[in-house]
Order: sequence, then C-alpha cells, then structure tokens
Amino acid sequence: MTETSLGQATEKRDIVRGSDGAMKRLLGMREMGLLCIILLVCVVMSLASPYFLTWSNFRTIFLSFSVEGIVVIGMTMLLIVGGLDLSVGAVVCFAMVVAGKLFLLGINPWLASAGGVASAAAIGAAMGVFVVKVGLSHFIASLAAMVIVRGACLLVTQGTPLSLFTLPPEFKFVGQGSIGGVPLVVIIFLVLAVVFDFLLRRATRFRAIFYTGSNERAAEYSGIRTKRVIFWVTVLCSTLAGLSGVIFMARFGSATPQFGVGMELNVIAAAVIGGASLKGGQGSIFGAVLGVALLSLVTSSLILLDVSVYLQDMIKGFILLAAVSFDHLMSKRAGREG
Amino acid sequence: MPSLLELEGIAKRFGPVAALQDVSFDLRAGEIHALAGENGAGKSTTMRIVDGIIQPDAGQIRIDGKPVRIRSPLEAQALGIGFVHQEIALCPDVSVAENIFMAATAASRAPLMNFAGMERKARAALAELTDVDPGAKVGSLSISNQQLVEIAKALALDARILILDEPTSALTEAETRKLFAIVHRLKAKGLGIIHITHRMAEIFDHCDRVTVFRDGRYIDCLQVDGTTPEQVVNRMVGRTISKLYPPKLNRAAGRPLIEVEGLCDTHLLDDISFTLREGEILGIGGLIGAGRSELAKAVCGLGPRRAGRIRLDGQDVSIPDFATALDHGVVYVSEDRKAEGLFLDLSIRSNVSALRLGQVSTRLGLIDRSAEEAQAQRLGKKLRLKAASMANPPSVLSGGNQQKVALARMFSVNPRVVFLDEPTRGVDVGAKSEIHIILRDLARSGVGVIVISSELPELIGLADRILVLHEGRLSGEIGPDRMTEEAIIALASGLKPPVAAQKLEGTEQ
Repeated sequence: MTETSLGQATEKRDIVRGSDGAMKRLLGMREMGLLCIILLVCVVMSLASPYFLTWSNFRTIFLSFSVEGIVVIGMTMLLIVGGLDLSVGAVVCFAMVVAGKLFLLGINPWLASAGGVASAAAIGAAMGVFVVKVGLSHFIASLAAMVIVRGACLLVTQGTPLSLFTLPPEFKFVGQGSIGGVPLVVIIFLVLAVVFDFLLRRATRFRAIFYTGSNERAAEYSGIRTKRVIFWVTVLCSTLAGLSGVIFMARFGSATPQFGVGMELNVIAAAVIGGASLKGGQGSIFGAVLGVALLSLVTSSLILLDVSVYLQDMIKGFILLAAVSFDHLMSKRAGREG
Repeated sequence: MPSLLELEGIAKRFGPVAALQDVSFDLRAGEIHALAGENGAGKSTTMRIVDGIIQPDAGQIRIDGKPVRIRSPLEAQALGIGFVHQEIALCPDVSVAENIFMAATAASRAPLMNFAGMERKARAALAELTDVDPGAKVGSLSISNQQLVEIAKALALDARILILDEPTSALTEAETRKLFAIVHRLKAKGLGIIHITHRMAEIFDHCDRVTVFRDGRYIDCLQVDGTTPEQVVNRMVGRTISKLYPPKLNRAAGRPLIEVEGLCDTHLLDDISFTLREGEILGIGGLIGAGRSELAKAVCGLGPRRAGRIRLDGQDVSIPDFATALDHGVVYVSEDRKAEGLFLDLSIRSNVSALRLGQVSTRLGLIDRSAEEAQAQRLGKKLRLKAASMANPPSVLSGGNQQKVALARMFSVNPRVVFLDEPTRGVDVGAKSEIHIILRDLARSGVGVIVISSELPELIGLADRILVLHEGRLSGEIGPDRMTEEAIIALASGLKPPVAAQKLEGTEQ
C-alpha cells in the first residue's frame, strides 16, 4: 500500500503509451503547425490576389528561397549542436567573389567554384579551431569572421562588382536553367534538404549532433568526441554557405562584394521559426525549410498585395516574434500538464 | 582471487591543491562496496579517474590484476566500467531510449539508427526500474525518473564494474528500495558495485565493505559486519562527533511570527494553512514533488499564488514578488545553490551583499567596496566561513562553505522569517552540524525558521514541529512527542488523513 502510493506520485506524469503516444507526437510536431500556417496563408492569398495561384508565382517564390535555403540547412545543424554562425552572409559572398576572381584569372569555372567552396570551408575550419581549441563562443568567433571575411571580399574585388558575363552557358545553367519547368536551383536545394533531413533523423553519426547540443557533458561521458562534432558541423555550415555562394554566382552572372549583407539574420530566423533552439538540441531541417518557405511566401504575398517595401521587414520581424512566442507558450503549457 | 578493480598510490593535483594523495581502493567481484567520506574527501575525483574523465598524476589502476590506463569514458566503457553520475548527465531533448543507448550509438558502425529496436531494448532495460515510455523525451520526465534512466543507461553497457555516485539523493523511498533490489541482483551476477554515499543506513543495510576517504586520502577499509555507524562517521570526520543536533526549544513557542491561511497556487498547492511561532523551528517534510519548495516559494512571492492570506506579526501583508518579501524580511534560501542560489562566479562579497545592495552603497548609488568587504567579513566570521578571500568566487568553496555564503546573504537583510530549502544538501557532516547550530541560534534570537528537508533524521533532529505535505495538500502535522520516521513517511505517502485533519484543526484556533 505504502509502496504503490509512493511510486505513483512521480510516475503517472511520465507515462505516454503505445500508438496513442506516436500519434500524439506526430500531431504535436512543430512542422505540422507550420504547414497549417503556410496553407492558411496560401488560401487567404489565393482569395486576395488572382496572381497568387499561378505557376509562375510559385516558381518565383521557390526560386527566391532555394539558394538561401541551402545556407539554412547548415545553420540549422549548427544551431542544433549548440552553435551559431553570424558569418554566413559574408561567407556566401566570399565564395562567390573568390570563385569569380579565379574564373577571371582564367581558371575553369567548375574548378574556380570548387576553390570558392573550399575557401568557405577553410573559414569554417578556422572558426571551428577558435571555438573548440581556444574556447571562444560561436557568437564571438563568427562575429569576428563576419567582419574579417566581409573585408576580404572588398579587398579581393577592390570594392567593385566582378562582371562574369563570360561564364560558359553550361555553368550558368546551374543557376538559371530548368529541368521540366522546375529550376535547377530548386532541385538542388530540395535534394540537399531531403538528404540532410534524413541524415539528421536517421544516421548514427549525425545523431551525435543532437546529443552534443542537448547536453555536451552527457554526450562526452557516452564516448562522443563532442569537440570534433562541433568542429565539423561548423565547417559543414560554412561549406554549405560557400556552395550557396557559387550557385548565386551562376544565377546572377556576377559577384558583388556587398552580396548577402544581413542574410545571416534571415537564415537564423528561418531556422528558429522551423523549431531550432538557440540553446541547442532542438530543430529539424524539414522545419527550417518550412520556416524559410514561410518567410518567402509572406514577402512575396506582401509584394502582390502592394504593401510598402518599408513595411515588409517589420512584418517579417513580427512573424518571427509571434512564431517563437507561440511555440514557447505552448511548450510551457505542455510542460505543466505533461 | 585477484580483485576486480584495484587502485594503488593514486595522486592528483588541481593547480596548487592536492585533491588526492596516495589513494588505494580495491573492489571484488560480487560485492557492494561503499565509498564514504565528507564532501571534498576525494570520492568523486577518484571515481572520475576510474571513469577516464580525468587522468591521475601518479599511481596505478589494475583490472583483473592487469595494469590499465583509462584515457576516456569510452575506454572505461570498453573495460566494463559503468558510471551513474550524481548530477544527471542526460540529453533532455532526445528520447529515453536514445539516452540509454547513447554510448552504443557513439561506438556503433551501423550507418543508420534503429529507433524501433532501440525502443524495444530500452523497454526491456527499463522494465525492472520504472514505467516510463522509452520514446518520451528525457526533459519531460521527473527528476527521479531521470535518475532511473541514468541507472538504466549504465546497466545497458553490460558493465562488470558499476559506480553509483549518490544515486538515491533524488529518489523516493520506494524507488530507492527498487534500486537496491536491482543492485543486489547485479551483485549476485558477479558484478562489483561501488556505492558512493553519505547515508549510513544505505551502507549498513546493503553494502559488504566500506572504504572511507578523508581530505583526499585513504583512511580505512572495513567489513560492514562488525562495524558500527559511529566508527564509520568518526573515520569520515576524523574526530568524535558526540551530539549531532543542537538542543530543541524547551519552552512553549511564543507569539505567531507568520500565519499562512488557505494558500493555493495554480497547479499543485491546495488550501494550505500553518502558523510559525517565535522561537521554534518548523520542519516541512514530504516526498519529492509534494509541493514543499513550491509552498516556500509561493509564500515568498517566487511562485504563482492563486488564493491565500499571509500575516506577519499579526498584520495582513501582500507579497506579490520576492523584492516585497525581502522588504518584509521574509527570505527564501534555495535548495539548488548552482541554479538558483548563488552567483557561483562572482565574488563571495558580491554574493553576500546581493539581496540589499543599498546597505553597501554610497549616497550616489555606487557600491562601496570596503563596506561590502566589511559586511562579508563580519557575516563570514559569524558563520565561521572558511574562505581564503572574500574576493574569491563561491565556486572554489566546498558545499558546506557555499551554503554558508548563502546563509550570510540571508543574514545580511536581518530577516524575520526564513525558509531554508534543503539547507544541508551536499554539505559534509561537520559543516552540517554547524549549520544546524546556526539555525537553532537564529530561532532562539526570535527569527522564524522553516526548514524543508528530505532527510528524515534531520527533520526529526532539528525541527520542533513538522508539517507534512502530500500531493500539494497538508496531510498532517507532527508534534515533538510523536516524531518518528514512520510517522513522517505515513503522512508523506498519504496515509492516516483523518487523524491529521483533527490535529490541524486543533492548531489553527
């Protein structure tokens, strides 16, 4: 008698059973809520504007977030491991500028692009060393990297855009071409998103990212080399930013030293709307993709509705605030009931 | 038969401090070996060396008689060492199953996770311990269930040597009993179990041998049979402790200092009324999760409060937040020094002055360093705080001295009523009795003292009257004549409500 009542007080809270629990988990997923909001915006917009439900509009929306979306993939993984990268905008630009400069020096555009991506990876590695070996926070290391790399972009280009109209058509195809009416950049983005979402959910190596971000000490005591995990995710985030940079170059046929200013905030916002936590341990690529999609959808809807450009940033900021506050309040309530 | 695990001549320095000197230890297969000692005696440091978290400066570790070097927790696991950490080391954002098999995942060559298989195995591993869903996120579990997951995690490694670092500190009585049933089963299977604990009852009920450390040195290894608890305690403290608790109030308690009536919060506390009288120490008991801390916090304006009246010295007061509570001289001292109690990285004097900075500020609103230093020195001396300098952070102090910093801060505001939540948790035996004397003196000086404790002997030894909570309600009150552990446990688990109700009505008049 004594024994059962002693146990019950603490146990009944924690029991969620069987298939009921699985169903509840699915419905409770943040991605579901985001999908609903996106559908809601689509329904409202299709009533509000005759141009909304057109193929060309959707193509434009997808095009607008796909290349940036590649950066969001890396940022999400970095946030999950407990890091942060403020330098992604500058790194995107740097990869673009380095690849452009190499091309102008007469190097094959594919090799030049590889050079651009490699230089981005090197920046990530440098940040990773400062974080893991020196012990700086990601915030500080990447803030410094942002300023330094942006300066390097200006130095390489001497402050003027590189004109790359001589890029061969098969290279421009990466940024500008379509397969079956679907832009190639959208395909690249979706493939990367699916691959990394799968890896993050199912691959043994990638689970260490969650463990490290959730409780680094616990992960370490379980035999995970957490420093190494943090280092490689930092490199991966910069590398994906570099990849995005050279795709941007193929798309625009130019490389401007001011490209991507402020991109890091958009990217972090998208990942956070998608469920990533700045404290680490939480987030998914699928959610982040929905987050970036929602932000683009809203922007293009505001354009269709003729809302002043000056208002658009404010509205995006409020969406971020609302999404994160809502989630926070919900999880607080769940914590109390659950 | 060679020992399963042997340590010989282990030494470890942290900077100028010699944490361990010439430490020896041996563990046989099929025994439960208690490792006892005050905080700072070197128990945890030694076990961290065995687990490969830190490296010894000198000495040898042998497993099955063969010398080994353990450079990481991973290598320790490969040698069959499982470690249940005192502070929960789990990932709150991932599932119970993933936490249990995290080490297996880290070492796994399989490219993909097998969640279904993992959950099935986790269910089996947990079956004997608790009833939680292996798919639930660890962060959503109660602390005691998290502790059980931690134990399941260590067991899942097929360990031959299992180290339990104060595993019962967050468990209820029933869970503790379940845990020891499992530990005995593992012993029968031939595992060697090292049980780090302060609790004499656990040593004498469950262990075969006990090794005592003091001040980073090996003191003695005793067969539990034929040894008395006093002998163990005396070796732990290095002197004879004759009386554990200061004498209680020997007169009738005075006028009411604080009266709480019909207190409810938003989710747990339900209609709680009590009175604290001048001169007495009021104890609050109950199981973890019964609402003890919530009650103290609700009165002090630190938690939500839906209904209820509070009277101080017979006057109705409203305490919407802790700042107001401090203005009234009502202070809460947290059970969790790290998370809620102290600024571990600031100086001791900043910690002491924090509740009322005005006391150590100049007229211009700037902090007067020398006044702050003088305050810390004065209170530190009063409480016999052992610290090299008041400019040092509390993080370098022992648990007992950290708690004294928290008490010094409480004294800084000249309190009228204090709520102390587990005031001797993580505090060694010597400092513990000092703190008990401090609290008794405080009560005698006319300050209201309310002590929350999970340790039944402490409640009984210290309090003049004990209130017991059960699931957010007052299940009863125990006067000085009826104080037994059985009485507290019965009320804490919700038995005997009618008797308790009568008794309560009587005191409210």
